[in-house]
Amino acid sequence: MSFHPLMEYGAGHHQSARVLPEEGPAFQFTAANLAKLEEICTRYPAERRKSAIIAALYLAQGQQGYITLSAMRAVAAAIRCSTAEVEDIVYFYTMFYTRPMGKHIVMVCRTLSCALAGAERVTETLSKELGLRPGETDANREFSLLEVECLGACDRAPVVGVNDDWHECQQPEAAKALIDGLRAAGAGSLTGCHLKVAGE
Amino acid sequence: MEPILTKYVKQPGGASLDFYMKVGGYEGLRKSLGMTPDQVVDVVKQSGLRGRGGAGFPTGMKWQFVDKKSPKPKYICCNADESEPGTFKDHVLMERNPHLLFEGCLIACHAIGAKVAYIYIRGEFYHVQQVLERELAKARAAGLVGKNIMGTGFDCDIFVHRGAGAYEAGEETALIESLEGKKAQPRLKPPFPAVAGLYDCPTAVNNVETLCNVPFIITEGAEAFAKLGPEKNGGPKLYCISGHVKNPGVYETSMHTTLRELIYDPKFGGGIRGGHQLKCVIPGGSSVPVLLPEQLDIPASFDGVASAGSMLGSAGLIVMDETTCMVWAAQNLLYFYKHESCGKCTPCREGGDWLHKLLMKIERGDGEMRDLDLLLSVANNIAGKTLCAFGDAAATPVLTTIKTFRAEYEAHIREGRCTLPASWRASHPVLAAH
Ligand SMILES: Cc1cc2nc3c(=O)[nH]c(=O)nc-3n(C[C@H](O)[C@H](O)[C@H](O)COP(=O)(O)O)c2cc1C
Ligand code: SF4
Ligand code: FES
Repeated sequence: MSFHPLMEYGAGHHQSARVLPEEGPAFQFTAANLAKLEEICTRYPAERRKSAIIAALYLAQGQQGYITLSAMRAVAAAIRCSTAEVEDIVYFYTMFYTRPMGKHIVMVCRTLSCALAGAERVTETLSKELGLRPGETDANREFSLLEVECLGACDRAPVVGVNDDWHECQQPEAAKALIDGLRAAGAGSLTGCHLKVAGE
Repeated sequence: MEPILTKYVKQPGGASLDFYMKVGGYEGLRKSLGMTPDQVVDVVKQSGLRGRGGAGFPTGMKWQFVDKKSPKPKYICCNADESEPGTFKDHVLMERNPHLLFEGCLIACHAIGAKVAYIYIRGEFYHVQQVLERELAKARAAGLVGKNIMGTGFDCDIFVHRGAGAYEAGEETALIESLEGKKAQPRLKPPFPAVAGLYDCPTAVNNVETLCNVPFIITEGAEAFAKLGPEKNGGPKLYCISGHVKNPGVYETSMHTTLRELIYDPKFGGGIRGGHQLKCVIPGGSSVPVLLPEQLDIPASFDGVASAGSMLGSAGLIVMDETTCMVWAAQNLLYFYKHESCGKCTPCREGGDWLHKLLMKIERGDGEMRDLDLLLSVANNIAGKTLCAFGDAAATPVLTTIKTFRAEYEAHIREGRCTLPASWRASHPVLAAH
């Protein structure tokens, strides 16, 4: 149905797309992660533990690679909130994954400045090279390919993020080199995203 | 103008505490701690410093509005979310001059009576966060952050808070919600953060670059700051230049500098790359109207750019040459806005998706002339009808490109394809699945 008299709107669009998270393997925070979380909680007023919810989810994701229902319950217990509140955060923010991802999560910035520098062709060549469409992960979980929005380094476009590291000025023709480099040397093969300072 | 905020960004070791101390670091803090909070607010007010996050609101006034009589704690939230397309200045400041930001945060806390500042940094800036945490630990060890700062009895802490991927977290009340551990959705205003912000306490939300200007104002005085730029547009300003220029990058200069100089001067953008011609520029991040080549002889100041019918916004200049298809550019930006809408209000959540669908229809070659009026109708039903300024931002790329480049839209519709070479997506319909 459509709210606008002239707008033909696809049938079924307004159906809720809610998908329940996967239960996943039993999840428990490691003692080290729990201690780290307690330290982070001290940065906020004692009755505001919920401020540490994103930090707790990063710790869970770091531990297991992605977030399951079981992990959400562990986060809820640690933060002392409901599992639904945790779920809210997991699905709202783009940096939490609810399914297993590749060892290298390759994220191509697709926003205007990068697109003006050829980001769409970067995605296309990476897609061919990896045999993945954006959003997919390969069968042996080596690579995931994602498109992301402006990463805040548009002077070095096109920018590609790989996990927590970045690669600047990625030319479409060099897609194979990027993949080969990641296979051979991991993040060490990336340029990083730092202002180049001579002598540093 | 000699750079002030970015003077040492290319200095090896320039981000370290030792280096910062050697070049007079934390002197602004020392001086401000000898002043009363009201004196600090007054100096900042006299300097005319305007917020660098997008809206250009006077910072001194924002601090003055903070309800100091409230018995509750006060907070400074530094907005380091930097997600506006085409904007990457705070990135450079935090990576290469972190102590300047800490010093600005501490002075701001002193001014409004806060004991804590949170730096809300976007989740993708992991490498920047590492720099901030490392330098923060050093500042703490040196007695510059924490208890009894510089032996003056002033207690103030700074914490870095990492987001997790949401453009909307840059809107100040959405940032506060996110800091409280909720979805980054804005609050209804009033009450404004100055009265009930973080944890319902009086709060000032300030952009990174804004806070980085404060130490200079304290050490050199309000007048020295104001006279760096045109009236009401004082101080140094960082410009982010990206797109089809020879030298993309961050440049610091005064707001006397014109847009044309920023794009063409070899000191700045250096002109259009590859022998191409300038088609248009978006002067303030993706959310503001485009300007044409003949509109560039204006100071790149808040008021200068506004007089040309656009906005300085985040000072992110996205430069496009004649090969750029405007339907494609609008489509690219509307994908961003439909993706980033927080979903709280209907016109923005639904309308952004409609606009993108219609633009894709034209891109695919299925457009009809009546789609142009429909685009305008939908865009006008978003702009001004939403909870936060995101709605206006989402409508702008459509409104401005149709207004300025209507013939290009019409050609697109008539020919059933893009008539310009840059529209790669149009020639690859298979991958244009979004
Ligand atoms: C959708 C939206 C996104 C925003 N994103 C940012 C941002 O990333 N960084 C920022 O400093 N301000 C951003 N702002 C502006 C803030 O709401 C706020 O005005 C600013 O942080 C105030 O700081 P200032 O007075 O120092 O400019 C955004 C506003 C809106 C409506
Ligand atoms: S305008 Fe958009 S981003 Fe802003 S509150 Fe409404 S839905 Fe959210
Ligand atoms: S548009 Fe890609 S980093 Fe900004």
